[in-house]
Amino acid sequence: MEHIRTPKVEHVSLIDRASPRKPCVGTLYLTASHSIFVEHDAERHRETWVLHSLVCLVEKLPTTPAGCPLLLRCRNFQVFQFIIPQEKDCQDVHASLTRLSRPERYAELYCFSFNPNTDKEAREEGWSAIDLQAEYRRMGLPNHLWQLTMANRDYRVCDTYPSDLYVPKSVTTPIVVGSSKFRSRGRFPTLTYYHRDNHATICRSSQPLSGFSARCLEDEQMLQAITSSNPGSSFMYVVDTRPKLNAMANRAAGKGYENEDNYSNIRFQFLGIENIHVMRSSQQKMFEVCDLRSPTMTDFLWGLENSGWLKHIKAILDAGVFIARAVAEEGVSVLVHCSDGWDRTAQACSVASLLLDPFYRTLKGLMVLIERDWVSFGHKFSHRYGHLDGDPREVSPVMDQFLECVWQLSLQFPCAFEYNERFLLHLHEQIHSCQFGNFLGNSQKEREELRVRERTHSVWAHLWMNRADYINPLYRPDHSQTQGVLRPATAPYCFKFWRGMYCRSEQVHQRPPTVTDVLTTVREESQQLEAELSAQQEVPRGTKMAILGKMRTMSVIPKMSTVNESRLTSGSPWDKPGRFPCHRGEPESLLQGVARNKLKSSDPDLSTNSDQESGVTDLSCLSPSSGEDSVKDPDSDEAAYSTA
Amino acid sequence: MEFAELIKTPRVDGVVLHRPFMPTVEGTLCLTGHHLILSSRQDNTEELWLLHSNIDYIEKRFVGSLGTIIVKCKDLRIIQLDIPGMEECLNIASSIEALSTLDSVSLMYPFFYRPMFEVVEDGWNMFLPEEITLTLLTDEWRLSSVNKDFGVCPTYPQLVAVPKAVDDDTLRKVATFRHGGRFPVLSYYHKKNGMVMMRAGQPLTGTNGRRCKEDEKLINATLRPGKRGYIIDTRAINVAQQAKARGGGFEQEASYPQWRRIHKAIERYNILQESLIKLVEACNDQSQSMDRWLSKLEASNWQTHVKEIVTTACLAAQCIDREGASVLVHGTEGTDSTLQVTSLAQIILDPCCRTMRGFQSLVEREWLQAGHPFQQRCAQSAYSNSKARLEAPVFLLFLDCVWQVLRQFPCSFQFNEHFLVLLFEHAYASQFGTFLGNNAAERLKLKLPQKTVSLWSWVNRPQEMERFLNPLYEPNNLVIWPSVAPQSLLLWEGVFLRWNRSSKCLDEAYDEMVHIIEYNKELQSKVNALRRQLAQLETGDGLLETP
Repeated sequence: MEHIRTPKVEHVSLIDRASPRKPCVGTLYLTASHSIFVEHDAERHRETWVLHSLVCLVEKLPTTPAGCPLLLRCRNFQVFQFIIPQEKDCQDVHASLTRLSRPERYAELYCFSFNPNTDKEAREEGWSAIDLQAEYRRMGLPNHLWQLTMANRDYRVCDTYPSDLYVPKSVTTPIVVGSSKFRSRGRFPTLTYYHRDNHATICRSSQPLSGFSARCLEDEQMLQAITSSNPGSSFMYVVDTRPKLNAMANRAAGKGYENEDNYSNIRFQFLGIENIHVMRSSQQKMFEVCDLRSPTMTDFLWGLENSGWLKHIKAILDAGVFIARAVAEEGVSVLVHCSDGWDRTAQACSVASLLLDPFYRTLKGLMVLIERDWVSFGHKFSHRYGHLDGDPREVSPVMDQFLECVWQLSLQFPCAFEYNERFLLHLHEQIHSCQFGNFLGNSQKEREELRVRERTHSVWAHLWMNRADYINPLYRPDHSQTQGVLRPATAPYCFKFWRGMYCRSEQVHQRPPTVTDVLTTVREESQQLEAELSAQQEVPRGTKMAILGKMRTMSVIPKMSTVNESRLTSGSPWDKPGRFPCHRGEPESLLQGVARNKLKSSDPDLSTNSDQESGVTDLSCLSPSSGEDSVKDPDSDEAAYSTA
Repeated sequence: MEFAELIKTPRVDGVVLHRPFMPTVEGTLCLTGHHLILSSRQDNTEELWLLHSNIDYIEKRFVGSLGTIIVKCKDLRIIQLDIPGMEECLNIASSIEALSTLDSVSLMYPFFYRPMFEVVEDGWNMFLPEEITLTLLTDEWRLSSVNKDFGVCPTYPQLVAVPKAVDDDTLRKVATFRHGGRFPVLSYYHKKNGMVMMRAGQPLTGTNGRRCKEDEKLINATLRPGKRGYIIDTRAINVAQQAKARGGGFEQEASYPQWRRIHKAIERYNILQESLIKLVEACNDQSQSMDRWLSKLEASNWQTHVKEIVTTACLAAQCIDREGASVLVHGTEGTDSTLQVTSLAQIILDPCCRTMRGFQSLVEREWLQAGHPFQQRCAQSAYSNSKARLEAPVFLLFLDCVWQVLRQFPCSFQFNEHFLVLLFEHAYASQFGTFLGNNAAERLKLKLPQKTVSLWSWVNRPQEMERFLNPLYEPNNLVIWPSVAPQSLLLWEGVFLRWNRSSKCLDEAYDEMVHIIEYNKELQSKVNALRRQLAQLETGDGLLETP
């Protein structure tokens, strides 16, 4: 590749931010798509792969006696710090990565070169796995109230909308066209969610071009038609998700919000979600808190408050709750908009759908929801997540916030979601990485022009294939929590800092498994046991001997203890790299140092040291040995627990 | 009986009870010597039985002739009673006030409580000091009965573990040099490397730097030749300096050359009590914005205290396990922050302390026997208006720290969060005698084992124990190192938000978890039976016995 100035640098150190005194030394390779760090280790060559498109910042730090430090910040909030011995190499790597991480054309993106070794058929199947027409049919559309409009075929009316859209049966193409002319970027009111139980709907649009006094007959007819297509209610809500002040300011520019006097039977409401610029800087402030070295509790809590991040998350969830309540409890349809109707509107509509319909709380359902409310309705993925080198003011963590709302809800309803935190984290990574074509560009039209269906693969097929990793062990389709509408509490103390997302560290840290990890393992084990039992039952009585051999060849059943905390210090490496990213304080790093040292110096057959089956580890293997002491950093004890 | 004098109105009809996340109940309110009872006299509604000693504070309000009493409990719950009739309401209120602030310990409910269950294993005999310490003893340590009559140290138990090389006369001299006579005693023996943790009161060096050869001899006797030890002073250096003016102080380097002193700043008394009051106030404010909540949470400093205690305990554990050094822990009196550190360090170091029985033993040994003044510290909780003097949530903070470690290591503890919450409740108000009194001497005087039932007698019955066992538990014989990063330490919702949010969904998740584990065990035993059967078939013996 033309942009790679140096393909390989030797004797590079990778610094673990949690224990900076114990770097791993290895070789750094630059390829067209990845930076790959291969650790030099007598026994294993641990590899760290960093996708160029995930890197958001390459920073050269002041040279130290050890060499030139190079910092890579990733869009999934991982941070890698390398130390490169030669200044010249560092400059080359810096220049190469800076260019590689800022592609200028779509064609440079990884998804156009990524080839997962599947045939054409499988690729096409992958793309048709999520079918929005099937989703509208699932909701019960079209029906006697709602119809598919042909108005936006070939994106004639609105080039940021999908071509297939649902409007009330009485709405004709001239009304659609007229209404679209009265809305920012032609984004006219159209259906996004239909609540089968009571015919109430969620519709979405952009702001009206009302200025101080402008009116539009077709737009008024459109809203009237939406109200009338809900037989259960004589009025509808029009929800502007912006703060009132922002909406009012827009009037001066000939935009604004609906005047209740001009529309019959609407009730207007502001919901106060801030704009993309406020959100960007809020997240930035939160990162600064996460970046602090050994912060005090006050630093952390004060920084969290000062960032305003959780306040914004609460505002989005509150908006979702308002809409869901209107639809489910009052049976009133809601039209949601913000300015252009592709950020806050997408957030509010998808959170409300998630609360209303258990389907979106399944793995497949969340994919459908994102495909509908985000991908098809023209959320500007490439702008918001900086896929190409462009205007930094267009970048904003809109989707991050939606995923965080889902995570916050899963804390309150641990049995209600089929997917787990890992799914949300992987989804987040895929949105930024451009390994798949789904999130390319800024609208359906752009994706068609880029021919993503022919030239790239679909992320949904990939995620579906690995779905076993993403299942919440507590989920049961027949559980009462799974059913019906979710009514979350939104008091401030219900919102937690999302450590799994924002405190990822660059190294695979040894950390105790979470309850979810343990339960997942137990459930997998149960499934194997079930299989074994049913294999036994299938066999006719007389031929039991025949299955003896079969049983013996069955895989060894993993015991619960394989994920037990005793593994941590038993000297065996945590063997699921990248699965449990998190930031740990100093003590773990010490632990890790010990474990690593053990790998180097002690008996290679570590399993003899501990009885992994029972989870009991022989203490003798852990008695202080000279080896253990020698790796211990003399200062780190104090660094660990006495830094104030 | 004298209670009758305090009860001005024993019974009121038509009282309406409001409780968080429960339907309101209308019924008859009765006051007895120890309980406030509300019963609808219908079979299907739950009755309220509230111990007067659980009441922290009450508020009265009147609208016309309808009176309302807001009862704020020490377990942080707030309930509301609507009482028709102003006079009845005033009478009930003043009766509750009198009954919930009884002066005499011997009037407390544990002395009147008769268990409705058979005591199989008497909790009073479960953890006798001899048994506790004998298991720890080696040839370097002995049990001393120098404090048999509590004359040397009124807050120590009768038997304490001390270095074998030090005789009782020396101990008596050392006691005069340590705050409250609390000479250094063994707290924990780390079997893995023979290192120990000791605790004591502060040395009484005063401003002129008094020395005590016997004290130096005693603690040096715990060091291996050529090894250094660590003294962890739980006070900040300036606080320790100030203590000199009042006759206290800390170990000077010159007198204790083999010891390295580390100061940590764990707060005490009214600072902790105020912190609790602020935290609970923040948690109960339902109408606030996110900014206000985070700012109040931060201003309460509660999480800072938790972080400081866990950090200090980790430091102590690290000195012992990693440095291979012995440790002496003390603050001022050695009855509060000292015990937080020594007991939490044991949770980290010793897998036994993470079992049900071991944790009870730890509470018994490091808190009750070690002379933490429960009665003084737990007299009032977060709602009390009276100026706090001796009250402080020291034990609650310890339980919070244990919860933090438990949350980080969800498989390494035999008990669950409910057990920690239970201990919090019973430390503040209980039908059991376990947490009465301030030290072993007082408990002996009160004849608690003869006159009251032990909490452990009840908890350890299989049918009760079941609720407190952690379904994820797998014994883990290793030292566990918790993270002390601020984002790793969470607010203990099980205590502080318990009454402010519905726990239904979380309880369901817990049940689901239990179900998953139990189903797995069931399958395991089926498969194991099957395998045995097949093994028999394989050897040919059982070939004809197939079912």
